[in-house]
Amino acid sequence: MAGSERRDYDLAVIGGGLVGSAIAWGAARRGQRVAVLDEGDLAYRASRGNFALVWVQSKGLGMPEYAAWTKRSSDAWGGFADELRAATGYDVAFERPGGFHLCLSETELETRAAVLRRLHNQPHMVQYPYEILDHDALAKRLPEIGPAVMGASYCPLDGHCNSLRLLKALHAGMKSEGAAYLANRSVEYLERRAGEFSITSASGELRAGKVLLAAGNGNARLAAMVGLKAPVRPQRGQIIVTEKVRRFLDYPIATLRQTDEGSVLIGDSVEEAGFDDTVGLGVLSTMAARAVRMFPRLAALNVVRTWAALRVMTKDGFPIYDRSESAPGAFVATCHSGVTLAAGHALFLAPMLAAGALAPELAVFSARRFDVSQAA
Amino acid sequence: MFRRLHEADGKAVRLTVDGRPVAAREGDSVAAALLAAGIVVCRTTPVSGAARAPYCMMGACFECLVTIDGRGNRQACLVRAEPGMAVATQVGKRELGR
Repeated sequence: MAGSERRDYDLAVIGGGLVGSAIAWGAARRGQRVAVLDEGDLAYRASRGNFALVWVQSKGLGMPEYAAWTKRSSDAWGGFADELRAATGYDVAFERPGGFHLCLSETELETRAAVLRRLHNQPHMVQYPYEILDHDALAKRLPEIGPAVMGASYCPLDGHCNSLRLLKALHAGMKSEGAAYLANRSVEYLERRAGEFSITSASGELRAGKVLLAAGNGNARLAAMVGLKAPVRPQRGQIIVTEKVRRFLDYPIATLRQTDEGSVLIGDSVEEAGFDDTVGLGVLSTMAARAVRMFPRLAALNVVRTWAALRVMTKDGFPIYDRSESAPGAFVATCHSGVTLAAGHALFLAPMLAAGALAPELAVFSARRFDVSQAA
Repeated sequence: MFRRLHEADGKAVRLTVDGRPVAAREGDSVAAALLAAGIVVCRTTPVSGAARAPYCMMGACFECLVTIDGRGNRQACLVRAEPGMAVATQVGKRELGR
Protein backbone atom coordinates (compact mmCIF):
# COMPACT_ATOMS: atom_id res chain seq x y z
CA MET A 1 0.00 0.00 0.00
CA ALA A 2 1.16 3.50 -0.75
CA GLY A 3 2.06 5.76 2.14
CA SER A 4 -0.72 7.23 4.21
CA GLU A 5 -1.19 10.95 4.55
CA ARG A 6 -2.04 11.09 8.23
CA ARG A 7 -2.98 14.70 8.24
CA ASP A 8 -6.03 16.07 9.85
CA TYR A 9 -8.42 18.29 7.98
CA ASP A 10 -11.67 19.81 9.06
CA LEU A 11 -13.10 19.47 5.59
CA ALA A 12 -12.11 17.33 2.63
CA VAL A 13 -13.53 18.56 -0.65
CA ILE A 14 -13.62 15.91 -3.35
CA GLY A 15 -13.40 17.70 -6.66
CA GLY A 16 -11.31 20.72 -7.63
CA GLY A 17 -13.61 22.23 -10.23
CA LEU A 18 -15.60 25.43 -9.83
CA VAL A 19 -18.00 23.98 -7.24
CA GLY A 20 -15.29 22.37 -5.10
CA SER A 21 -12.81 25.21 -5.29
CA ALA A 22 -15.41 27.93 -4.59
CA ILE A 23 -16.49 26.09 -1.45
CA ALA A 24 -12.91 25.27 -0.48
CA TRP A 25 -11.94 28.94 -0.79
CA GLY A 26 -14.96 30.05 1.22
CA ALA A 27 -14.41 27.46 3.95
CA ALA A 28 -10.67 28.10 4.20
CA ARG A 29 -11.39 31.80 4.64
CA ARG A 30 -13.55 30.83 7.61
CA GLY A 31 -10.57 29.18 9.26
CA GLN A 32 -11.34 25.62 8.21
CA ARG A 33 -8.40 23.34 7.49
CA VAL A 34 -9.34 22.23 4.00
CA ALA A 35 -7.97 19.59 1.63
CA VAL A 36 -9.11 19.47 -1.99
CA LEU A 37 -8.73 16.10 -3.68
CA ASP A 38 -8.77 16.48 -7.43
CA GLU A 39 -8.37 14.14 -10.35
CA GLY A 40 -5.60 14.49 -12.91
CA ASP A 41 -5.38 16.10 -16.33
CA LEU A 42 -7.60 13.52 -18.02
CA ALA A 43 -10.66 14.16 -15.86
CA TYR A 44 -13.93 15.30 -17.41
CA ARG A 45 -13.88 18.95 -16.45
CA ALA A 46 -17.02 20.95 -16.99
CA SER A 47 -15.14 23.79 -15.27
CA ARG A 48 -12.75 24.09 -18.20
CA GLY A 49 -15.38 23.78 -20.90
CA ASN A 50 -18.25 25.95 -19.78
CA PHE A 51 -19.80 29.01 -21.40
CA ALA A 52 -19.13 31.44 -18.49
CA LEU A 53 -22.55 33.01 -18.22
CA VAL A 54 -23.69 34.31 -14.86
CA TRP A 55 -27.30 33.76 -15.76
CA VAL A 56 -30.62 34.30 -14.03
CA GLN A 57 -33.40 34.58 -16.62
CA SER A 58 -35.61 31.56 -17.19
CA LYS A 59 -34.14 29.52 -14.33
CA GLY A 60 -36.42 27.91 -11.75
CA LEU A 61 -39.56 26.84 -13.60
CA GLY A 62 -40.78 24.03 -11.34
CA MET A 63 -38.64 25.09 -8.36
CA PRO A 64 -38.91 28.81 -7.52
CA GLU A 65 -36.39 28.30 -4.70
CA TYR A 66 -33.78 27.66 -7.41
CA ALA A 67 -34.66 31.00 -9.01
CA ALA A 68 -34.15 32.67 -5.62
CA TRP A 69 -30.84 30.87 -4.97
CA THR A 70 -29.63 31.79 -8.45
CA LYS A 71 -30.62 35.44 -8.03
CA ARG A 72 -28.94 35.55 -4.63
CA SER A 73 -25.68 34.32 -6.14
CA SER A 74 -26.00 36.69 -9.10
CA ASP A 75 -26.60 39.62 -6.75
CA ALA A 76 -23.50 38.67 -4.76
CA TRP A 77 -21.29 38.10 -7.81
CA GLY A 78 -19.90 41.63 -8.09
CA GLY A 79 -18.71 41.65 -4.48
CA PHE A 80 -17.42 38.11 -4.88
CA ALA A 81 -15.36 39.12 -7.93
CA ASP A 82 -13.99 42.13 -6.03
CA GLU A 83 -13.01 39.96 -3.07
CA LEU A 84 -11.33 37.43 -5.34
CA ARG A 85 -9.34 40.18 -7.03
CA ALA A 86 -8.29 41.64 -3.68
CA ALA A 87 -7.26 38.21 -2.43
CA THR A 88 -5.53 36.87 -5.54
CA GLY A 89 -4.88 39.70 -7.98
CA TYR A 90 -6.96 37.98 -10.69
CA ASP A 91 -9.61 40.02 -12.47
CA VAL A 92 -12.27 37.52 -13.52
CA ALA A 93 -13.81 40.10 -15.88
CA PHE A 94 -17.29 39.98 -14.38
CA GLU A 95 -19.81 42.20 -16.12
CA ARG A 96 -23.53 42.42 -15.47
CA PRO A 97 -25.06 44.52 -18.23
CA GLY A 98 -28.11 42.27 -18.42
CA GLY A 99 -28.50 39.51 -20.99
CA PHE A 100 -30.64 38.64 -23.97
CA HIS A 101 -32.18 35.42 -25.23
CA LEU A 102 -32.66 35.92 -28.98
CA CYS A 103 -35.54 34.32 -30.87
CA LEU A 104 -35.36 33.54 -34.60
CA SER A 105 -39.06 32.99 -35.28
CA GLU A 106 -42.44 34.19 -34.03
CA THR A 107 -42.98 30.75 -32.51
CA GLU A 108 -39.71 30.92 -30.60
CA LEU A 109 -40.59 34.36 -29.29
CA GLU A 110 -44.11 33.33 -28.24
CA THR A 111 -42.76 30.21 -26.53
CA ARG A 112 -40.14 32.28 -24.76
CA ALA A 113 -42.69 34.80 -23.51
CA ALA A 114 -44.99 32.00 -22.33
CA VAL A 115 -42.20 30.20 -20.44
CA LEU A 116 -41.14 33.38 -18.65
CA ARG A 117 -44.78 34.21 -17.83
CA ARG A 118 -45.26 30.77 -16.28
CA LEU A 119 -41.94 31.06 -14.41
CA HIS A 120 -42.82 34.41 -12.90
CA ASN A 121 -46.42 33.42 -12.11
CA GLN A 122 -45.31 30.60 -9.83
CA PRO A 123 -46.26 30.94 -6.17
CA HIS A 124 -43.32 32.16 -4.06
CA MET A 125 -41.35 33.19 -7.17
CA VAL A 126 -38.62 35.70 -6.35
CA GLN A 127 -39.34 39.08 -7.94
CA TYR A 128 -37.06 40.55 -10.57
CA PRO A 129 -37.65 42.42 -13.81
CA TYR A 130 -37.50 41.12 -17.34
CA GLU A 131 -38.72 42.35 -20.71
CA ILE A 132 -39.89 40.88 -23.99
CA LEU A 133 -38.65 43.01 -26.91
CA ASP A 134 -39.62 42.98 -30.57
CA HIS A 135 -37.06 43.36 -33.35
CA ASP A 136 -37.11 47.16 -33.47
CA ALA A 137 -36.80 47.65 -29.74
CA LEU A 138 -34.00 45.09 -29.65
CA ALA A 139 -32.12 46.69 -32.56
CA LYS A 140 -31.79 49.89 -30.52
CA ARG A 141 -29.72 47.97 -27.96
CA LEU A 142 -28.10 45.39 -30.26
CA PRO A 143 -27.48 47.22 -33.56
CA GLU A 144 -25.70 44.23 -35.13
CA ILE A 145 -28.75 41.91 -35.16
CA GLY A 146 -29.94 40.55 -38.48
CA PRO A 147 -33.44 40.68 -39.98
CA ALA A 148 -34.09 37.07 -38.93
CA VAL A 149 -34.17 38.04 -35.27
CA MET A 150 -37.84 38.35 -34.29
CA GLY A 151 -37.19 39.58 -30.78
CA ALA A 152 -35.71 38.64 -27.45
CA SER A 153 -36.19 38.40 -23.74
CA TYR A 154 -33.97 40.62 -21.61
CA CYS A 155 -33.14 40.39 -17.94
CA PRO A 156 -30.99 43.08 -16.31
CA LEU A 157 -29.59 40.58 -13.78
CA ASP A 158 -27.70 38.50 -16.33
CA GLY A 159 -23.97 38.76 -16.86
CA HIS A 160 -20.81 36.84 -17.69
CA CYS A 161 -17.19 36.46 -16.70
CA ASN A 162 -13.92 34.82 -17.69
CA SER A 163 -14.52 31.39 -16.19
CA LEU A 164 -11.05 29.97 -16.78
CA ARG A 165 -9.62 32.88 -14.85
CA LEU A 166 -12.30 32.30 -12.21
CA LEU A 167 -11.09 28.74 -11.72
CA LYS A 168 -7.49 29.95 -11.56
CA ALA A 169 -8.40 32.65 -9.04
CA LEU A 170 -10.30 30.23 -6.81
CA HIS A 171 -7.36 27.83 -6.81
CA ALA A 172 -4.93 30.64 -6.02
CA GLY A 173 -7.29 31.91 -3.33
CA MET A 174 -7.79 28.60 -1.59
CA LYS A 175 -4.07 27.89 -1.58
CA SER A 176 -3.26 31.29 -0.12
CA GLU A 177 -5.80 30.60 2.64
CA GLY A 178 -3.87 27.45 3.49
CA ALA A 179 -6.02 24.83 1.77
CA ALA A 180 -4.11 21.80 0.52
CA TYR A 181 -4.71 21.12 -3.17
CA LEU A 182 -3.99 17.48 -3.94
CA ALA A 183 -3.99 16.60 -7.64
CA ASN A 184 -4.14 13.06 -9.04
CA ARG A 185 -6.19 11.89 -6.04
CA SER A 186 -9.04 10.12 -7.76
CA VAL A 187 -11.01 8.84 -4.77
CA GLU A 188 -11.48 5.11 -4.77
CA TYR A 189 -13.07 4.61 -1.41
CA LEU A 190 -14.69 6.72 1.24
CA GLU A 191 -16.18 5.79 4.62
CA ARG A 192 -17.06 7.23 7.99
CA ARG A 193 -15.10 5.48 10.69
CA ALA A 194 -14.56 6.38 14.36
CA GLY A 195 -16.13 9.78 13.99
CA GLU A 196 -14.17 10.91 10.95
CA PHE A 197 -13.98 10.27 7.25
CA SER A 198 -11.36 8.06 5.73
CA ILE A 199 -10.75 8.88 2.08
CA THR A 200 -8.66 6.53 0.00
CA SER A 201 -7.00 7.22 -3.33
CA ALA A 202 -4.07 5.54 -5.08
CA SER A 203 -1.81 7.90 -3.10
CA GLY A 204 -3.04 6.61 0.23
CA GLU A 205 -5.49 7.57 2.91
CA LEU A 206 -6.51 10.98 4.14
CA ARG A 207 -8.73 11.78 7.12
CA ALA A 208 -11.10 14.63 7.67
CA GLY A 209 -13.89 15.56 10.02
CA LYS A 210 -16.26 16.45 7.21
CA VAL A 211 -16.39 15.62 3.56
CA LEU A 212 -18.01 17.45 0.67
CA LEU A 213 -18.64 15.63 -2.58
CA ALA A 214 -18.09 18.14 -5.38
CA ALA A 215 -16.93 15.71 -8.02
CA GLY A 216 -19.46 16.58 -10.72
CA ASN A 217 -20.58 13.48 -12.56
CA GLY A 218 -18.30 11.49 -10.22
CA ASN A 219 -20.68 12.27 -7.36
CA ALA A 220 -23.10 9.60 -8.57
CA ARG A 221 -20.57 6.89 -7.62
CA LEU A 222 -19.17 8.51 -4.46
CA ALA A 223 -22.49 9.46 -2.87
CA ALA A 224 -23.54 5.87 -2.22
CA MET A 225 -20.41 5.30 -0.07
CA VAL A 226 -21.62 7.78 2.55
CA GLY A 227 -25.37 7.24 2.47
CA LEU A 228 -26.10 10.01 -0.02
CA LYS A 229 -27.72 10.04 -3.42
CA ALA A 230 -26.56 12.11 -6.37
CA PRO A 231 -28.43 10.95 -9.45
CA VAL A 232 -26.54 12.97 -12.06
CA ARG A 233 -25.70 12.25 -15.68
CA PRO A 234 -23.44 13.87 -18.24
CA GLN A 235 -25.12 16.12 -20.79
CA ARG A 236 -22.95 17.28 -23.65
CA GLY A 237 -22.65 20.89 -24.73
CA GLN A 238 -20.54 22.05 -27.68
CA ILE A 239 -18.83 25.40 -28.09
CA ILE A 240 -17.34 27.26 -31.04
CA VAL A 241 -14.79 30.03 -30.49
CA THR A 242 -13.75 32.58 -33.10
CA GLU A 243 -10.66 34.70 -33.49
CA LYS A 244 -10.52 37.80 -31.32
CA VAL A 245 -12.22 40.92 -32.64
CA ARG A 246 -12.71 44.42 -31.31
CA ARG A 247 -15.64 44.73 -28.98
CA PHE A 248 -18.93 44.78 -30.88
CA LEU A 249 -21.30 43.18 -28.39
CA ASP A 250 -21.92 44.83 -25.04
CA TYR A 251 -24.28 42.18 -23.69
CA PRO A 252 -24.11 38.41 -23.27
CA ILE A 253 -26.67 36.43 -25.29
CA ALA A 254 -27.81 33.04 -23.97
CA THR A 255 -26.16 31.30 -26.92
CA LEU A 256 -23.42 33.76 -27.85
CA ARG A 257 -21.10 36.14 -26.07
CA GLN A 258 -17.95 38.12 -26.66
CA THR A 259 -15.28 37.46 -24.06
CA ASP A 260 -13.28 40.12 -22.26
CA GLU A 261 -10.38 39.32 -24.60
CA GLY A 262 -12.47 39.63 -27.76
CA SER A 263 -13.27 36.06 -28.83
CA VAL A 264 -16.84 35.20 -29.74
CA LEU A 265 -18.15 32.08 -28.04
CA ILE A 266 -21.11 30.29 -29.58
CA GLY A 267 -22.72 27.60 -27.50
CA ASP A 268 -25.70 26.21 -25.67
CA SER A 269 -26.21 22.90 -27.47
CA VAL A 270 -27.71 20.06 -25.45
CA GLU A 271 -27.15 16.37 -26.21
CA GLU A 272 -27.50 13.13 -24.31
CA ALA A 273 -24.29 11.36 -25.28
CA GLY A 274 -23.09 9.63 -22.12
CA PHE A 275 -19.41 10.21 -21.42
CA ASP A 276 -18.62 11.01 -25.07
CA ASP A 277 -17.13 14.51 -25.13
CA THR A 278 -16.27 14.68 -28.82
CA VAL A 279 -17.61 17.40 -31.10
CA GLY A 280 -19.82 16.82 -34.13
CA LEU A 281 -20.11 18.92 -37.27
CA GLY A 282 -23.91 18.59 -37.41
CA VAL A 283 -24.48 20.34 -34.11
CA LEU A 284 -21.63 22.81 -34.65
CA SER A 285 -22.92 23.87 -38.07
CA THR A 286 -26.43 24.41 -36.71
CA MET A 287 -25.00 26.54 -33.91
CA ALA A 288 -22.88 28.53 -36.37
CA ALA A 289 -25.81 29.05 -38.75
CA ARG A 290 -28.05 30.34 -35.96
CA ALA A 291 -25.29 32.64 -34.74
CA VAL A 292 -24.88 34.13 -38.22
CA ARG A 293 -28.64 34.70 -38.50
CA MET A 294 -28.47 36.53 -35.18
CA PHE A 295 -25.40 38.61 -36.11
CA PRO A 296 -24.78 38.39 -39.88
CA ARG A 297 -21.35 40.02 -39.77
CA LEU A 298 -20.07 37.07 -37.73
CA ALA A 299 -19.99 35.11 -41.00
CA ALA A 300 -16.63 36.67 -41.92
CA LEU A 301 -14.90 35.57 -38.71
CA ASN A 302 -12.54 32.63 -38.58
CA VAL A 303 -13.31 29.84 -36.15
CA VAL A 304 -10.19 28.94 -34.21
CA ARG A 305 -11.39 26.07 -32.03
CA THR A 306 -14.37 23.95 -31.05
CA TRP A 307 -14.84 21.72 -28.06
CA ALA A 308 -17.41 19.77 -26.11
CA ALA A 309 -17.82 19.42 -22.35
CA LEU A 310 -20.15 17.46 -20.15
CA ARG A 311 -22.64 19.24 -17.94
CA VAL A 312 -23.55 17.64 -14.65
CA MET A 313 -27.30 17.20 -14.94
CA THR A 314 -30.02 16.02 -12.60
CA LYS A 315 -33.34 14.68 -13.85
CA ASP A 316 -35.12 17.96 -13.06
CA GLY A 317 -32.16 20.20 -13.92
CA PHE A 318 -31.90 21.67 -10.41
CA PRO A 319 -28.91 21.40 -8.05
CA ILE A 320 -28.51 18.92 -5.25
CA TYR A 321 -27.33 20.15 -1.86
CA ASP A 322 -27.67 17.45 0.74
CA ARG A 323 -26.32 16.06 3.98
CA SER A 324 -26.02 12.42 4.92
CA GLU A 325 -28.27 11.03 7.67
CA SER A 326 -26.24 7.86 8.10
CA ALA A 327 -22.79 9.45 7.86
CA PRO A 328 -23.07 12.81 9.67
CA GLY A 329 -20.58 15.30 8.27
CA ALA A 330 -20.90 14.10 4.68
CA PHE A 331 -22.36 16.58 2.21
CA VAL A 332 -22.90 16.72 -1.51
CA ALA A 333 -23.10 19.75 -3.82
CA THR A 334 -23.75 19.38 -7.50
CA CYS A 335 -25.16 21.64 -10.19
CA HIS A 336 -24.79 22.51 -13.87
CA SER A 337 -24.21 26.19 -13.14
CA GLY A 338 -20.88 26.26 -11.38
CA VAL A 339 -20.14 29.75 -12.72
CA THR A 340 -23.46 31.42 -11.87
CA LEU A 341 -23.57 29.79 -8.45
CA ALA A 342 -19.88 30.30 -7.61
CA ALA A 343 -20.61 33.38 -5.52
CA GLY A 344 -23.36 31.59 -3.60
CA HIS A 345 -21.16 28.58 -3.07
CA ALA A 346 -18.22 30.62 -1.77
CA LEU A 347 -20.15 33.15 0.29
CA PHE A 348 -23.28 31.29 1.48
CA LEU A 349 -22.79 27.54 1.19
CA ALA A 350 -19.17 27.39 2.39
CA PRO A 351 -20.00 28.99 5.77
CA MET A 352 -22.75 26.40 6.23
CA LEU A 353 -20.28 23.62 5.62
CA ALA A 354 -17.77 25.28 7.94
CA ALA A 355 -20.49 25.25 10.61
CA GLY A 356 -21.41 21.68 9.73
CA ALA A 357 -25.08 22.17 8.83
CA LEU A 358 -27.06 23.20 5.76
CA ALA A 359 -29.47 26.10 6.29
CA PRO A 360 -33.17 25.21 6.22
CA GLU A 361 -33.73 27.08 2.96
CA LEU A 362 -31.55 24.51 1.18
CA ALA A 363 -33.75 21.57 2.31
CA VAL A 364 -35.67 21.80 -0.96
CA PHE A 365 -32.50 20.86 -2.86
CA SER A 366 -32.16 17.49 -1.10
CA ALA A 367 -31.97 14.46 -3.40
CA ARG A 368 -34.91 13.09 -1.42
CA ARG A 369 -37.08 14.88 -3.98
CA PHE A 370 -36.21 12.10 -6.44
CA ASP A 371 -37.57 9.41 -4.10
CA VAL A 372 -41.19 10.32 -4.86
CA SER A 373 -42.76 7.45 -6.73
CA GLN A 374 -43.22 8.12 -10.44
CA ALA A 375 -46.82 6.90 -10.06
CA ALA A 376 -47.64 9.38 -7.31
CA MET B 1 17.64 42.14 -42.11
CA PHE B 2 16.53 40.01 -45.07
CA ARG B 3 18.15 40.13 -48.50
CA ARG B 4 16.92 38.54 -51.70
CA LEU B 5 19.06 35.85 -53.27
CA HIS B 6 20.64 37.25 -56.43
CA GLU B 7 19.12 34.56 -58.61
CA ALA B 8 15.64 35.33 -57.37
CA ASP B 9 14.26 37.61 -59.97
CA GLY B 10 10.92 37.94 -61.60
CA LYS B 11 8.54 40.66 -62.58
CA ALA B 12 8.11 43.53 -60.15
CA VAL B 13 4.84 43.67 -58.26
CA ARG B 14 3.81 46.94 -56.66
CA LEU B 15 1.66 46.90 -53.59
CA THR B 16 1.10 49.27 -50.70
CA VAL B 17 1.73 48.67 -47.03
CA ASP B 18 0.01 51.15 -44.71
CA GLY B 19 -0.40 53.37 -47.77
CA ARG B 20 3.29 53.41 -48.72
CA PRO B 21 4.44 51.80 -51.97
CA VAL B 22 6.37 48.56 -51.59
CA ALA B 23 8.11 46.70 -54.39
CA ALA B 24 7.72 42.92 -54.39
CA ARG B 25 8.51 40.21 -56.93
CA GLU B 26 6.07 38.02 -58.75
CA GLY B 27 5.59 34.85 -56.71
CA ASP B 28 6.28 36.48 -53.36
CA SER B 29 3.91 35.80 -50.53
CA VAL B 30 2.77 38.96 -48.78
CA ALA B 31 4.85 37.88 -45.77
CA ALA B 32 7.98 37.53 -47.93
CA ALA B 33 7.30 40.91 -49.49
CA LEU B 34 6.99 42.51 -46.07
CA LEU B 35 10.23 40.97 -44.81
CA ALA B 36 12.11 41.85 -48.01
CA ALA B 37 10.93 45.45 -47.64
CA GLY B 38 12.26 45.54 -44.08
CA ILE B 39 8.83 45.60 -42.46
CA VAL B 40 9.31 43.09 -39.67
CA VAL B 41 6.53 44.02 -37.28
CA CYS B 42 3.35 43.06 -39.10
CA ARG B 43 0.96 43.34 -36.17
CA THR B 44 0.53 43.62 -32.42
CA THR B 45 -1.30 40.93 -30.44
CA PRO B 46 -4.95 41.37 -29.46
CA VAL B 47 -4.55 41.05 -25.68
CA SER B 48 -1.09 42.17 -24.54
CA GLY B 49 -0.19 44.31 -27.56
CA ALA B 50 3.16 42.57 -28.12
CA ALA B 51 4.81 42.98 -31.53
CA ARG B 52 4.70 40.05 -33.96
CA ALA B 53 6.46 39.14 -37.20
CA PRO B 54 6.09 36.42 -39.85
CA TYR B 55 7.61 33.29 -38.36
CA CYS B 56 6.86 29.87 -39.82
CA MET B 57 6.14 31.09 -43.39
CA MET B 58 3.98 28.01 -44.00
CA GLY B 59 0.57 28.70 -42.53
CA ALA B 60 0.98 27.02 -39.17
CA CYS B 61 1.80 29.69 -36.61
CA PHE B 62 -0.64 32.51 -37.43
CA GLU B 63 1.91 35.13 -36.36
CA CYS B 64 1.89 36.97 -39.72
CA LEU B 65 -1.72 38.19 -39.61
CA VAL B 66 -2.30 41.43 -41.52
CA THR B 67 -5.19 43.27 -43.11
CA ILE B 68 -5.32 42.71 -46.88
CA ASP B 69 -7.65 44.73 -49.10
CA GLY B 70 -9.74 45.65 -46.08
CA ARG B 71 -10.04 42.22 -44.56
CA GLY B 72 -8.34 41.56 -41.23
CA ASN B 73 -6.45 38.56 -39.86
CA ARG B 74 -5.26 37.27 -43.24
CA GLN B 75 -2.25 34.98 -43.06
CA ALA B 76 0.32 36.96 -45.03
CA CYS B 77 2.44 33.87 -45.72
CA LEU B 78 -0.44 32.14 -47.51
CA VAL B 79 -1.49 35.04 -49.74
CA ARG B 80 0.37 35.77 -52.95
CA ALA B 81 1.38 39.40 -53.46
CA GLU B 82 -0.70 40.89 -56.29
CA PRO B 83 -0.30 44.21 -58.10
CA GLY B 84 -2.18 46.99 -56.35
CA MET B 85 -2.83 45.01 -53.21
CA ALA B 86 -3.43 47.18 -50.13
CA VAL B 87 -1.78 45.62 -47.11
CA ALA B 88 -2.12 47.13 -43.64
CA THR B 89 -0.22 46.11 -40.55
CA GLN B 90 -2.66 45.31 -37.80
CA VAL B 91 -2.81 46.93 -34.38
CA GLY B 92 -4.44 44.57 -31.93
CA LYS B 93 -7.73 42.90 -32.74
CA ARG B 94 -9.35 42.86 -36.14
CA GLU B 95 -12.74 44.53 -36.46
CA LEU B 96 -15.99 42.83 -37.21
CA GLY B 97 -16.73 43.57 -40.87
CA ARG B 98 -13.09 44.26 -41.69
